[in-house]
Amino acid sequence: MRDDVKPLLEIRDLVLEATSYPPGEPPKTVTLVQGVSVSVEKGKVLGLIGESGAGKSTIGLSSMAYGRGGVRITGGQVVVNGRDILKIGPGGLRKLRGKEVTYVAQSAAASFNPAKPLMEQVIETTLISGQMTKAQAEARAVDLFRQLGLPNPETIGKRFPHQVSGGQLQRVMTAMALCPKPDLVIFDEPTTALDVTTQIDVLAAIKRAIHETGVAALYITHDLAVVAQVADDIMVLRHGKTVEYGSVQQVIEEPREDYTRALVSVRSIDHAEKADAPALLSIRNVTARYKGTSFDVLKNVTVEVPAGQTLAIVGESGSGKSTLARVITGLLPASQGRITFDGRDLSSDLAGRSRDDLRELQMIYQMADVAMNPRQTVETIIGRPLEFYFGLQGEAKRKRVQELLDQIEMGRGFADRYPAELSGGQKQRVCIARALAAKPKLIICDEVTSALDPLVADGTLKLLLNLQAEEGVAYLFITHDLATVRAIADRIAVMFKGQVQRYGTKSDVLAPPFDAYTDLLLSSVPEMKLGWLEQVLETRRMEAAGN
Amino acid sequence: MAHPIVKLVAQRLALGLLLLLAASVLIFTGTQILPGDVAQAILGQSATPETLANLREELGLNEPVVSRYFGWLFGVLQGDLGNALSNGQPIGPALGGRLANTLFLAGAAAVIAVPLAVLLGLVSVRYRNRWPDKAISAVTLATISVPEFLLGYIVIFFLAVQYRLLPSLSTVYDGMTLGERLYAIGLPVIVLVLAVLGHMMRMTRAAILNVMQSAYVETAELKGLRPFTIIARHAFPNAIAPIVNVVMINLAYLVVGVVVVEVVFVYPGMGQYLVDHVAKRDVPVVQACGLVFAGVYIGLNLMADIVSILANPRLRHPK
Repeated sequence: MRDDVKPLLEIRDLVLEATSYPPGEPPKTVTLVQGVSVSVEKGKVLGLIGESGAGKSTIGLSSMAYGRGGVRITGGQVVVNGRDILKIGPGGLRKLRGKEVTYVAQSAAASFNPAKPLMEQVIETTLISGQMTKAQAEARAVDLFRQLGLPNPETIGKRFPHQVSGGQLQRVMTAMALCPKPDLVIFDEPTTALDVTTQIDVLAAIKRAIHETGVAALYITHDLAVVAQVADDIMVLRHGKTVEYGSVQQVIEEPREDYTRALVSVRSIDHAEKADAPALLSIRNVTARYKGTSFDVLKNVTVEVPAGQTLAIVGESGSGKSTLARVITGLLPASQGRITFDGRDLSSDLAGRSRDDLRELQMIYQMADVAMNPRQTVETIIGRPLEFYFGLQGEAKRKRVQELLDQIEMGRGFADRYPAELSGGQKQRVCIARALAAKPKLIICDEVTSALDPLVADGTLKLLLNLQAEEGVAYLFITHDLATVRAIADRIAVMFKGQVQRYGTKSDVLAPPFDAYTDLLLSSVPEMKLGWLEQVLETRRMEAAGN
Repeated sequence: MAHPIVKLVAQRLALGLLLLLAASVLIFTGTQILPGDVAQAILGQSATPETLANLREELGLNEPVVSRYFGWLFGVLQGDLGNALSNGQPIGPALGGRLANTLFLAGAAAVIAVPLAVLLGLVSVRYRNRWPDKAISAVTLATISVPEFLLGYIVIFFLAVQYRLLPSLSTVYDGMTLGERLYAIGLPVIVLVLAVLGHMMRMTRAAILNVMQSAYVETAELKGLRPFTIIARHAFPNAIAPIVNVVMINLAYLVVGVVVVEVVFVYPGMGQYLVDHVAKRDVPVVQACGLVFAGVYIGLNLMADIVSILANPRLRHPK
């Protein structure tokens, strides 16, 4: 950063606080961000990266002097275009927000007003500021739609949010942010909620739009590989403090801090594929549809889970992978096909299954916090299957709960806690312990690490692998994340539109030659290296030209 | 290719008719088990066992209940509500005039109350937990809490007796101009508005506050829109369905529940008509009134359903 260029955004010694209301205690003030300083020049992109709770979104929003959910800016300065926006009052902020500084949210699907057509929302601030007539603003919006690669740019503005896909909405939101010709755009995890093959397109569109409009940007994400593709500088945050701040090259290639090094080298689990074993669960020609629909969500699916091993089901949203879990657990009876488990036929209907069928097949969910009763302690939660399946009571039950807690590496002092007092990773561990308590032969893990931060997810996967080695339990691991698949799978089934696209051992599935979809899926996973995005797009362009 | 909305609306209409039929059964059976005997009530002191038996025969009271029900139902379907027992006149024309009066009173109250309640709801959200919100809540809660007859006497005392602004008796007759009629019903309109305002306003406030938690409201805030613009343009359209439901319930109340107010202001509406004939054990009139009230209730709720369906962009603009 040179001294002679005046930064567009300069945050100095920012302090952000919020008030928390712990149950049964007096309210207390929590410092979320402590002494963070940031500077962004015109036309540059700064990546803010960190785990959840690191304060990256809160810092991003503070550049619009906005505190989400009771967050207060209690110290420091936020200078935009030469003035401290903490001192300009509500009227001044209204002129700043949506005009000088705009915002692209993580979930565009939730961030558009469902009752208004898209165009009206996209040009709203442009019209209010009076910089363009309605016709001019609409023309600009259509240009932006085209620039962002949206289909039917002329007419897409007439559609309502629910009529447009998630990846398209994310691009429309980017157009909405760029329409009033802002100086700074805050991208808050704009691709996190998207499928990996959609993410790459949106990422490329955003990068191109930033480049062509010359706007400056704050790019907030937890995914270092993503930010490496778009940012000029990167700030790594943890617990509301700056860990490392430097150019993207330096941070990715020569990280100075241990924490950054851990982030860069995350997903380093090396899991050797196990030798083939007899099938524990085998699914043959299963077809299923939801009640009242005339569309098969699963079509002729045949896969096997070997005893004590892991089958990873990988696919994008809507590929039918979670439906497969519902069919196996009996929540959605299959219309055709056969499921055998441990040598016996499983009734397709839940009501027709024995208690042992239920016990030996457990499930862990993506959202650990909604999978537990918030009014029960950890001991009650884990103790319930012990009572239900083994009739354990009193001291015997308490001892077994503690054993399970030791197994999930949580140790003492957690038994009498409530879910709200646990971190995201700890909650997921408790869910794992609850599943283990039933001594299952198979655990279905439905996106169990998707809601966790990378380092925590890594720890959870390691734990699952250790438990498999100790207990010989098999996993059916449903995920959209290929890095997770590489880390944990023995076998892989790639699903696409309700069908198994590719199935086999990990080494077979991940080795070329690929079918077109698997190739697209694999090549879309962001890699932690500079220029990866351009390289992939270039390869695809050349392949397209060659065809 | 039928729009899905057409199908939904047709479904609701069919359900509404079915419900009305069920209501007619309830009303008919309800009036059959009412204590007292019509013939006895008509003849009063002059009743002898023979005259009673003759009158019962004449009124058809000796026929089985089911055949009387269907006789009544087919009459109603052909627009014949029967004759009043007390004076032998056809019910239809008398009821029609009374219903028109009641709808006029209810309509006048609704025209003021609904927009006012929604506006006050919007203002409450804009200044939530600050003094305008608290003041609106306090006043509307107070007016709900006071019984209507007392509210009626309070406004009579101040506006009719003390300041002589409006008449305390709401007499209307044929040949009055619209202005004269409106002047005559001024006081009952005020009472009715005060009676329904609070409920609608509080539901509007709650429905909008619920929507204010949405991510798209945060988007609107981050666009730098004015607080009132955010509420009116981004929150309100998404809160229409719950608001319309409570509005319709209150409109139904304005038609069906105005008995007390009509009595206080001696207004010749349905309520008074019903009360008079209940006292006379005039079963056909009570049945006819019950059916009209049921029709109004079901019709308004049906309308609420249809507006909610139309307000949902997902149904209005399918993928």
